[in-house]
Amino acid sequence: MKLTQYIFIILMIIAVTTKPSFSTVSEVEIERRAKKVEQSLRCVVCQNQSIAESDAALAKDMRQLVRSRIRSGDSDEAVLDFMQTRYGDYVLLKPPVQKNTFVLWIAPFAGLILFFCWLIYRSRNPVTETLEVSSLSSDEKNKLNKLKENIKR
Amino acid sequence: MRRLLPLILFIIVSLGFAIGLSKDPRALPSQMIDKPFPEFILSDLFEPEKQYSKVDLENEISLVNVFGSWCISCVQEHRMLMELSQNKTVKLIGINWRDTRPAAERWLTRYQNPYSKIIFDEESQLAIDLGVTGAPESFLVDRSGYIRYKHVGIITPEVWNNILLPVVQDINNDINSP
Repeated sequence: MKLTQYIFIILMIIAVTTKPSFSTVSEVEIERRAKKVEQSLRCVVCQNQSIAESDAALAKDMRQLVRSRIRSGDSDEAVLDFMQTRYGDYVLLKPPVQKNTFVLWIAPFAGLILFFCWLIYRSRNPVTETLEVSSLSSDEKNKLNKLKENIKR
Repeated sequence: MRRLLPLILFIIVSLGFAIGLSKDPRALPSQMIDKPFPEFILSDLFEPEKQYSKVDLENEISLVNVFGSWCISCVQEHRMLMELSQNKTVKLIGINWRDTRPAAERWLTRYQNPYSKIIFDEESQLAIDLGVTGAPESFLVDRSGYIRYKHVGIITPEVWNNILLPVVQDINNDINSP
């Protein structure tokens, strides 16, 4: 290898391993955690967006609050709890598992299990469709004969 | 039975929709009822040096009203608030939310000021603590600083007479019969 290539590699290693001076690791960490928390909080003004993606003024203030709480040492769960005690379960985009959301959580799994039960039942007891042909009544036989004669003519 | 199954399923699903769709998705349940009013330290709208805290709400029944000069519905409820400020059943406290001081002052000189105190909440600090989602929103706070009722939307004379006034009377009865 040429000397310039060595120098290049060394510079790359330095660039990758040293911290950039303008931001500390904890700032990056705060940013990453704040993003995650913001994505799981509903914007209460614009109901189908998270506060991470909303332009509403209140969402902006909520983002600020999330950041300041994380910065002051709150865990992610504590921040979510904080919002939940103020805005209710509603503010959480992922509904918590509790009494009134039990059906919501259990229904898809129950449906899946029922479907498999049905599949197994079907494979053990295959449906044999037997065609039962009942014989024609004398009345129907007369009708049929008439029709046949009509065709012959 | 087999033939009725689709019909039964249809009825169950329709009932589900009937209940689900008749609810107002904007009506959020209030978490704050019967909880103490949140702690706060915020400045007065007119005098930035003057600070308010939760203590300023105590000893009187207060109607805390969240408003802003940008809020169109606030103009509609304003006349009712003026009336309430005159009959003195409750102390009217304003939270000027996400506003600028000059804009709020202009709004109040234009429409008159019904509030005895106005807390300036520029960055939603108190608003988020109260679980406010929009203006106008009003909270009835009892003498010991507990939130007793939250009303989302305009206070019309009907809302006052049929909903808020009975709560005020309840609070007064609490005091008389311990």
